Amino acid sequence: MLYINCPHCGMRSQNEFSYGGDASVKRPELNKEVSDQEWDNFVYNRKSLRGKHLELWQHISGCRQWIKVERDTATHEIFRTFKADEEVA
Amino acid sequence: MTQAFRIENVGLINRDKKLSFKFNGKTYFGYEGDTLASALLANGVHLVGRSFKYHRPRGFFGAGVDEPYAVVQLYRNGETEPNIKATEQELFDGLEAKSVNCWPSVNFDIGAINNFLKIFLPAGFYYKTFMWPKSFWYRIYEPFIRKAAGLGVASTKHDKERYEHKYEYCDLLIAGSGPSGLASAFAAAKNGAKVILAEDKPRFGGSLLTSDVNIGNQSGKDWAEGIIAELKTMPNVVVKNRSQIFGYYDHNMLVMSEKVSDHLPSTKKYHPNKRLWYIRAKEVLISSGSIERPIVFGNNDTPGVMLSSAAKEYLKVYGVLVGRKPLVFTNNDSGYETAIEFKKHGVDPIVLDSRKNPESEIIDEAKNLGINIKNSYVVVAAQGYKKVKSADIASISEDKKQLGEIENLQCDCICVSGFWTPTIHLASQSGNKTKFKEEIDAFVPGQSKQNEITLGAANGVFSLDETLKTSFRAGSELSKKITEKDNEIAIPNVVEKKSSQHDKFWCVPLPKGKNYKRFLDFQNDVAVSDVEIALREGYRSIEHVKRYTTLGMATDQGKTSNLNGLQLVSEIENKVVPAVGHTTFRPPYTPVSIGAIVGREVGKHSKPTRKSPMHSWHEKNNAVFVDAGVWLRPRYYKRGNENLFEASKREAKNVRANVGVCDVTTLGKIDVKGPDAAELLNRVYTNAWLKLPVGKARYGVMLREDGIVMDDGTTTRISENHYHMTTTTAQAANVLSHLEYYLQLVWPELNVNVVSTTEQWAGAAIAGPKSRDLLKKLFPNSDVSNEGLPFMGYMEGDLFGVKARIFRISFSGELAYEVNVESDYGNFMWEKIIKVGEEFNIQPYGTEALSTLRIEMGHVAGSELDGRTIPFDNALEGLVSKKKDFIGKRSLQRTAFTAEDRQRIVGVVPLDKQTSIPEGSHLVKDDKAPLPNPKLGHISASCWSVEYDNPFSLAILKDGKNMIGQKLFAMSPLKNKVIPVEIVSSHYVDPKGERVRS
Ligand SMILES: [Zn+2]
Repeated sequence: MLYINCPHCGMRSQNEFSYGGDASVKRPELNKEVSDQEWDNFVYNRKSLRGKHLELWQHISGCRQWIKVERDTATHEIFRTFKADEEVA
Repeated sequence: MTQAFRIENVGLINRDKKLSFKFNGKTYFGYEGDTLASALLANGVHLVGRSFKYHRPRGFFGAGVDEPYAVVQLYRNGETEPNIKATEQELFDGLEAKSVNCWPSVNFDIGAINNFLKIFLPAGFYYKTFMWPKSFWYRIYEPFIRKAAGLGVASTKHDKERYEHKYEYCDLLIAGSGPSGLASAFAAAKNGAKVILAEDKPRFGGSLLTSDVNIGNQSGKDWAEGIIAELKTMPNVVVKNRSQIFGYYDHNMLVMSEKVSDHLPSTKKYHPNKRLWYIRAKEVLISSGSIERPIVFGNNDTPGVMLSSAAKEYLKVYGVLVGRKPLVFTNNDSGYETAIEFKKHGVDPIVLDSRKNPESEIIDEAKNLGINIKNSYVVVAAQGYKKVKSADIASISEDKKQLGEIENLQCDCICVSGFWTPTIHLASQSGNKTKFKEEIDAFVPGQSKQNEITLGAANGVFSLDETLKTSFRAGSELSKKITEKDNEIAIPNVVEKKSSQHDKFWCVPLPKGKNYKRFLDFQNDVAVSDVEIALREGYRSIEHVKRYTTLGMATDQGKTSNLNGLQLVSEIENKVVPAVGHTTFRPPYTPVSIGAIVGREVGKHSKPTRKSPMHSWHEKNNAVFVDAGVWLRPRYYKRGNENLFEASKREAKNVRANVGVCDVTTLGKIDVKGPDAAELLNRVYTNAWLKLPVGKARYGVMLREDGIVMDDGTTTRISENHYHMTTTTAQAANVLSHLEYYLQLVWPELNVNVVSTTEQWAGAAIAGPKSRDLLKKLFPNSDVSNEGLPFMGYMEGDLFGVKARIFRISFSGELAYEVNVESDYGNFMWEKIIKVGEEFNIQPYGTEALSTLRIEMGHVAGSELDGRTIPFDNALEGLVSKKKDFIGKRSLQRTAFTAEDRQRIVGVVPLDKQTSIPEGSHLVKDDKAPLPNPKLGHISASCWSVEYDNPFSLAILKDGKNMIGQKLFAMSPLKNKVIPVEIVSSHYVDPKGERVRS
């Protein structure tokens, strides 16, 4: 079970969180012309990386904040975590 | 029965407490502190089972967790449990156990013809033989295998025992209470670290209980007792015996199974049977010791052949002699320690040492005691069927290839020692890259992946002095990092006998003309010849060899067989062992009972149960409940002998004719507040929300980004910046997360807050033509006329002094209202509605009537919004704004979603107006068409229309828009029904929606 550092609450076990997918995906802006390809990339196409991956988790049984977690998908190592509005450098 | 093999005044058992137990129906006696194995051995019982494949007689091989043979079926307090190791099961008064794998009895076993008739089951036998002909599998092969094999039977009864889960955090978790565990725990505890020390056996001390050593002028055992006693007094230390750490998971999470009650005749009141600990440790210290490995020789599975360390443990801990004429066969000094113990207790052992001329303090002691030692000698084969009677022995050449003349030696047990294998399972599970250590012919932990360190014998260090020094240091340094305290500890002086180098010898060659079976894996009956076959047939990877031969795949996970298997592969393949590599160790290290894993989440506790504030009223009024997500909702209220169909029909009819009340507390409710609340709703819902006035409700549909309908519900503008959103019962949690996702991540600029208020409000839906009359009486001070409170209107009211929210919304399609009060007043509200409604013939209605009402009105619910439909499919396209953008809108342009013949909701009526159509039935054009019959659609919901008094269903049908009036067939192969049907509008009752506005 992963041990995730919620930027709001501190170290908490994985069973307090729910997974939310790839955090690098950006939703196209509203009211903007979007090509089929662009939309498909947003809705469906994911890389399923092996290695370092920025992903979303929601601290669902805690502060209910969505956070970003930088995790290695192969080793499960967690490098850093970020608040929803934090820039990931 | 006398305990003929028990000797006086030896061991750690309590001789004042005699216990009676039964094995295979026969009564025996043992003492408190015995295991089932030691008690049986004390009674001279060596035959405990039959082997898995050949049904050869099986005795005891070890004295603990490594035991491959003595697996029994246990009976305790009216329950039965399979897969219990007799070497781990502590004796209690009244214990009952039976052998497994033998039918009809352990002494006469039918399956043993596999062995006698030489119908051999070599490697890959199952794959090769039982494959053809295919039709034989279910009828012949499988029943045969099931009857002949298996390690006991699981109980079919409900388990009365309780199992608990516990979550714990600590600085240092220490696995194993041998010398390294004790030393490191002590040092860390002295530095103030929070320590958990876990020992799987009932007694702490590990090897110190049986070894002849001295620590700080005390015996090893006394030193261990002193340390444990002191640790137990320290508030920062938890010491747990009977607790096996069986799994090492990510981020230093380890799981431990604590046997709380297994050693007792029955579980104490309020105690669990087992407790599963989830432990998150900052540092893990693995001090799990090592397991002696056997030397492979002919018939080495005969009862009476056992590990030399086990023989020593039975003697020193339990005062039990495993034989009176022991033969010790060893390639290292450990065998001598066992021989010395025998000699000290009046038994004359013979030692066969494969080494030519070993010298050490231990060997000198053996010689001084006058023990008969034969160097360069090996056991070629054990003789005897159900028990060792003698051994064929021979001298062996220095290259270990040539055997001398075979001699026969009388003996009643063979204690074998092939040196020690560090227990690296936990380290390996943690991701540690193990490495092969040449000096000990075994793998040890290498590069750590997590915060873990392995010490002592588990790390391949067999010197007690070195073990204690490194362990005190490790415990002290690891804790210092955490607590920043450094209390110096004096490391005690150690007296131990030096030992000599072991012999790199593990398998006795076959003598000319003999074809003895030489077993590697005793639990799965894998012999040397099986591995040879596998390699001859081209299997190379050790993982493949393992699966093909089943080597190391039994419940003991090859604790005694893995290394010898690797030695064999490396020898035949002419590779070094590290190049062969070992198979992956996976949790659990030992079998864990399913009950412990499940914990308390069984039966009605497998999920939480949520009840509305009116639940007790429903109960008192004969409600029959149904699970709705995690909620319990009244399905119908039973009157007299009514069944579900009759009751729900009565309730639904009463809504159409008079007025009914339904508990709608379970609907998800979310408060949406803030200056941008309308903007959020406008983006989340498919329809327009910016112009909804205060005091008005609106129905909305929300999509996922892929265009599929996610949920629907009404949202009401309570005040300028305050909206009250409702969701379906099932989607409440998902919708809240969905809103939070967009607010926190996608549109953080929106100034809105959302919070669940589901539990803050109790809700009652009042529906039916007389609902307004009732409302007038409930709220005499409010204007609830059609003008004062029009359809989709909202107001606050005073319900006999309680503040209430009144919504004019309808799910039933009738003139209807929903009244909400704060949860604590839910029952008050409900009782008032029932009481005041009496004169209007009010009846409560449950979810079944609710479904009937919505189905015949063509209102969609979860069965249509099933994660596969878009708004058009549900005839909701009128709610999809063309002007504004919203979540999922772009997806609706996808080709499949705009297809001309897109599926769509329709109504379905059976032609005979009699036969109810099972939900899930497929709609087809031709009921006689060959299979697979092309499916045009499916029945999503069915009811008995109370308006027309005939069955009515909703369906999602391909090209549904153009199918009205068509005749099709509804087929349900499950219910074996073919029903001719006509497709009609989904709005079966009141298609213009006049009633809700009346
Ligand atoms: Zn949090």
